[in-house]
Amino acid sequence: MRNIFLLLFFVLFAFVHKQASAQLMVDMESPPSNSEMNQTCFDCHGQKVYSFENDFSGMLERKVMNPNYVLDTGAFYQGVHRHFACIDCHSMDYEVFPHQSELRFEMMYSCIDCHGGDETYAQYNFDQIEAEFFQSVHSSRHDESFNCWMCHDPHAYKAMTHGEFKISEIVKAHNQTCIDCHNDAAQFQRITDSIRPDLAEVHSFIPKYEAHLKSVRCIECHTSQQDTMWVAHNILEKDLAVKKCVECHSSNTMLMASLYKYQSIEARQSGFLNAVILNESYVIGANRNFYFNIISIILFGLAILGIAVHVFFRIKNR
Amino acid sequence: MSKRIYLYPIWLRFWHAINALMFLILLATGLSMQYSNPDWPLIRFDLAVQFHNIAGIIVSFNYLIFLLGNRTTSNGAYYKMNWKTLISDLIKQMNYYLFGVFKKQATPFPVNEERKFNPLQKFTYVLTMYGMMPVIIITGLALLFPELIIEKVFQSSGIFLTALLHTVIGFMLSMFLVIHVYFSTMGSSPLSNFKSMINGYHEPH
Repeated sequence: MRNIFLLLFFVLFAFVHKQASAQLMVDMESPPSNSEMNQTCFDCHGQKVYSFENDFSGMLERKVMNPNYVLDTGAFYQGVHRHFACIDCHSMDYEVFPHQSELRFEMMYSCIDCHGGDETYAQYNFDQIEAEFFQSVHSSRHDESFNCWMCHDPHAYKAMTHGEFKISEIVKAHNQTCIDCHNDAAQFQRITDSIRPDLAEVHSFIPKYEAHLKSVRCIECHTSQQDTMWVAHNILEKDLAVKKCVECHSSNTMLMASLYKYQSIEARQSGFLNAVILNESYVIGANRNFYFNIISIILFGLAILGIAVHVFFRIKNR
Repeated sequence: MSKRIYLYPIWLRFWHAINALMFLILLATGLSMQYSNPDWPLIRFDLAVQFHNIAGIIVSFNYLIFLLGNRTTSNGAYYKMNWKTLISDLIKQMNYYLFGVFKKQATPFPVNEERKFNPLQKFTYVLTMYGMMPVIIITGLALLFPELIIEKVFQSSGIFLTALLHTVIGFMLSMFLVIHVYFSTMGSSPLSNFKSMINGYHEPH
């Protein structure tokens, strides 16, 4: 009996531990650790216009900040790097103004420089993300200048974790990452000379493209999905993208292995096949109710039986 | 043999033929979508969606023709219910279908120029045409323009509830179709009622 209690305790502990480990690892409650130090940078880079005293003329000058160097301080302190000091990632030489011109060429850290090979961040699968990225067209079609920051802004990055956000919020945020480049000619041409195709035109074969874009992530169709990954990074060649409707619109919808895979198991056991999808949406062909199916088959069977009996007696009494 | 009665004017026969054809398309494509399976696709999903949408729009316009026809011609009078005697009339008609027909009894509500439908027919047609059809058309149009649907209704997806109602009514209409076709074989001959819907003349028993 004691052994059973011990076993139950360990199972419960393992479950609680697993639940806890799925939580965001960043303290979002306490004040940012380096806000005072960062304010020196944000005094200029947190605004569209900055001012400084010109040592030569002795005058106070006001200049427009290069839009690429304007940061949203609110977004920074809501992001996962909110406790960082600017000089944790940027050169300390930035503390001197005017900044030295060669600082523009400083090497930027990528995600893996800090998060790679670190068990602390194992739940985020950074190493697997990197491996997938190297297989993707984002890597194979472009040079090394295509790095994590092409898609993810380290100054405003929020982890859209399952369970803490609604599916629709996750879909919107993840798709925005793709749309920022693929629906913006200027951003798109940062890495290619080719003309950006119109997204709606390319996807015109999908009925209700806008509705699909609101309900599923681009990566559902454009990546090779791995069971361990919440956000797949192996972006496939466009010819390999999912084009068959039934991949999603069937009871064994692939969405259950991607977008909805972390939703509660209980929700799937309430009679509805793929009931979890119903929390937020409705996917034709994927949402079926076991009991409705049975009832409809019985009713249809009874109707046919009734007709058969009626026909029998009509013929018999002819 | 009794005299043939002209009961089905040309507009009604056209309306009925279009309705029947669209019903079959909607039923086949609807079932194909609801039970879509990559391993045995009844109809390719994208084609099923397209055909279902087109047939649904045609049926909706056709329904307007039905309403207009019943409003502007004498056909609408056939759908007026006699609520006071409804229950007893329904029982009489069901008794006839369940027992009387096998004993060669005369139908309690013979068809004539004033009465095209027996009470059971009239009740189910009114329920179908004035109850279920508007619901399936409205939910179908809503699913065609899902951006118009309320997002959440009592914590459930508005699209889901609309789709559920559409599917349930679709199932009930499918049941109606099967039973309707069967009862059509109960004319003066098994095919006489089908002929009536082509030439317009009802052949009495």
